[in-house]
Amino acid sequence: MAERYSSFNSGGRMWLIQRVTAAFLLVVLAFHFFLLHFVHHADEVTLAASSARMEQLSYYSLMVLFLVTATFHGVNGVYNALVNQGLTGTKRTVVKWSLVAASVVLLFQGIRTANAWAGGFPLL
Amino acid sequence: MSQSYNRGLIEDFSRWREFQAGMWAWIFHKFTGWVLIGYLFTHIAVLSTAIPAANGATMMFQGSETDVFTGTIVSLEGLLLVRILEVGLLAVAVFHMLNGTRLLLVDLGVGLEAQDKSFYASLILTGAITVASVPTFIAGAF
Repeated sequence: MAERYSSFNSGGRMWLIQRVTAAFLLVVLAFHFFLLHFVHHADEVTLAASSARMEQLSYYSLMVLFLVTATFHGVNGVYNALVNQGLTGTKRTVVKWSLVAASVVLLFQGIRTANAWAGGFPLL
Repeated sequence: MSQSYNRGLIEDFSRWREFQAGMWAWIFHKFTGWVLIGYLFTHIAVLSTAIPAANGATMMFQGSETDVFTGTIVSLEGLLLVRILEVGLLAVAVFHMLNGTRLLLVDLGVGLEAQDKSFYASLILTGAITVASVPTFIAGAF
């Protein structure tokens, strides 16, 4: 039987993506905290100010990418932690697809929220 | 002759007295990771009030009609408990970021021999950044 030869097995690829998203999140999470807690204070948040930021394509794109990478990094981290604790078989499959479903809901709701701020997808 | 050594299950937390710096780093990284992903779901749920707000939904807040997004966020930020939890969130996020940087460097072959020292440095720096941020996070809560 032919075997699959690759520098990455599927676990290795997920490991690599986890590291790449980590490097991205380090920068963007620091920026997010700095902007929304130190430049602007959390208790001064208004719909108008959030909308003004989200109407800029660069900010909108960065925040959507932030949501996607944070969701992947977090959910993949949880999945690996559970596998590390000995999750196997049917339970592992159920947990995996439950996490995928939770991620889809989170992304859907997050992008809906971003679009509500931006008044739709910001083209300019 | 090779010898087998049964190290036991390292994920057996009842052996915590035997844990060294690397194991504590691993546990703290898992714990802060769980908190952060839990917070992400909560964060998006709260921010979702922007959807009805963008469609004109309002609420009474401090005697005047305010959009539900602004009213929800500002009333949450008015609670001291929320401000304290935000400081906790900052501490959790900063540790996860610093220890994550340490893990990325170790993966790249940098600093493996000093991995215990870099864990202690992550802890100290997390404490310093958190304490320095308290005035900003608590401002206006009283």
